[in-house]
Amino acid sequence: MTMREPASPVCYAPEGSGEGEMFACAAPKAFNAAQYKKDFPILDQQVHGHHLVYLDSAASAQKPKQMMEAMQHFMERDYANIHRGVHELSVRATEKYEAVRGTVRRFINAEYDDEIVFTKGATEAINLVAQSWGRKFLQAGDEVVITTLEHHANIVPWQMLRDALGIKLKIVPLTAEGGVRAEDVKAAISPKTKLVSVAHVSNALGSVLPVHEIVKLAHGSGALALIDGCQAISHMNVDVRDIGADFYVFSGHKLYGPTGIGVLYGKREILKEMPPWQGGGDMIASVSFAETTYKEPPHRFEAGTPPITEVIGLGSAIEYVSTIGLNRIAKYENALLAYATEKLRAINSLRIIGTTKEKAGIISFTMEGAHPHDIGTILDRQGVAVRAGHHCAQPLMEALGLTATARASFGLYNTMEDVDALAAALKKVQEIFA
Amino acid sequence: MTNANLDTDLRDLYQDLILDHGRHPRNFRAPENANREALGHNPLCGDRLALYMTVDADNVIRDCAFQGSGCAISVASASMMTEMLKGKKVEEAEKLFAYMHGSCTGSAPKAEDISEDDADRIHALSGVRHYPMRVKCATLAWHTMEAALKNEKKVSTE
Repeated sequence: MTMREPASPVCYAPEGSGEGEMFACAAPKAFNAAQYKKDFPILDQQVHGHHLVYLDSAASAQKPKQMMEAMQHFMERDYANIHRGVHELSVRATEKYEAVRGTVRRFINAEYDDEIVFTKGATEAINLVAQSWGRKFLQAGDEVVITTLEHHANIVPWQMLRDALGIKLKIVPLTAEGGVRAEDVKAAISPKTKLVSVAHVSNALGSVLPVHEIVKLAHGSGALALIDGCQAISHMNVDVRDIGADFYVFSGHKLYGPTGIGVLYGKREILKEMPPWQGGGDMIASVSFAETTYKEPPHRFEAGTPPITEVIGLGSAIEYVSTIGLNRIAKYENALLAYATEKLRAINSLRIIGTTKEKAGIISFTMEGAHPHDIGTILDRQGVAVRAGHHCAQPLMEALGLTATARASFGLYNTMEDVDALAAALKKVQEIFA
Repeated sequence: MTNANLDTDLRDLYQDLILDHGRHPRNFRAPENANREALGHNPLCGDRLALYMTVDADNVIRDCAFQGSGCAISVASASMMTEMLKGKKVEEAEKLFAYMHGSCTGSAPKAEDISEDDADRIHALSGVRHYPMRVKCATLAWHTMEAALKNEKKVSTE
């Protein structure tokens, strides 16, 4: 294989440099999204005769070739099952797999590698907390506080616990702008609250929640805090210790990584108290028919053969975005969002849903006389991919008095021209539904 | 795709007849004396519609109406269906359903016993066959009608 010149600027921090800054770039460079776009082969294609404009990264982000090559390279050279064999490949695969725990730890600035549990995705990570921590520490009458704008993945696992254990769900209301205020979270917390579980960024509207304050409020009342970081992790620098979260979850595929892999970060002392939630191989210390003892976290929570190659892909995706720099990505995407907001506001029949001051990567909207699905189809015929629907947040849609919105979401590969293409394509919607 | 092609392509789906029914759905009400009723729901997109029919002792559909929300295609399809069904026998409604289903999935149905007027309307709806993700929008009302005819009991619309 010939080494390809990386399209993105690569900067390496010296070994042993400060925590959380390991991947930081020293000199600020102009953000060249068009250049990064070349790292994503899938984006270079025609759809219905138009150049593809991919604005659905909030559903799933596309994959850089560096990540795909890392997975392929691993399968071609190092692949074997992990934690089992004495042979060379198993040793290599195990080392590379476990090394990604360190990559994730540095990426989110966790304290220890063993605070990083690999899961199938963010949904599984929340279910793990609900089924393991929840079933041990919650009882009838205890309260879990969530917000109106949660993704179904941060609603249904708690409803299942409500039905099984008799816990109560308290729902924090939405502001008129589609955000969540810390004082409303405060009002929902009571002495019975054991957990506050909220999104970092709304997947439907892009609203950024005041998670630092929310975590403080939870802790002030003796409750734990879980942050669903699915929509934040690719758009901003996430520091779990600065946030203070007890649990932080995210998916690999929204971070330019593969599907089938996600992360549960949990504070060491909390994970240690949690029982296993799935039994099987790789999570046990010893098994006899009389008694089985379990490994310590994180392996206690990783029963069975994990998605080994996907973990390698996740590590590579993290290195990819870290090399570019999350702070630079955040700054650029904010500019992109501001530009898109201005362009879409100029379309008179269009209404932007979600107007909080702080937003990340997402612009949701409706158009007079045109249902979001019709918008989606008309945009698609012009090569512009957006999501239309309830975005797995039906209670939020109900609170907004809507059944659906159209949603354009951005990744680091989107350019200002992509926004122009969206605005131009929306004119066709107006034309047809005038 | 040139702009002209794009227009032809999209206009095949969004014909004037469809846009008109989407904007101004006919029989958009909940009759009190309906004796067949079903709720149609597409969980993928959140489209919901309640269909009401009054079938007399001779198996003739005397009234057909609906309420709900959805995209232009699903609302237009429901609206046009209610117009087509009124005065038809239940077995004719079944034939129309089969014809509609075939037209939208591209399986070239036989147009036996289908009036030219009904065939034209169904043809207008069949533009979805080029849009695999939208076929369910056009057929939701029809599947709901099937369910309503099979079940004499009122289905809760909650």
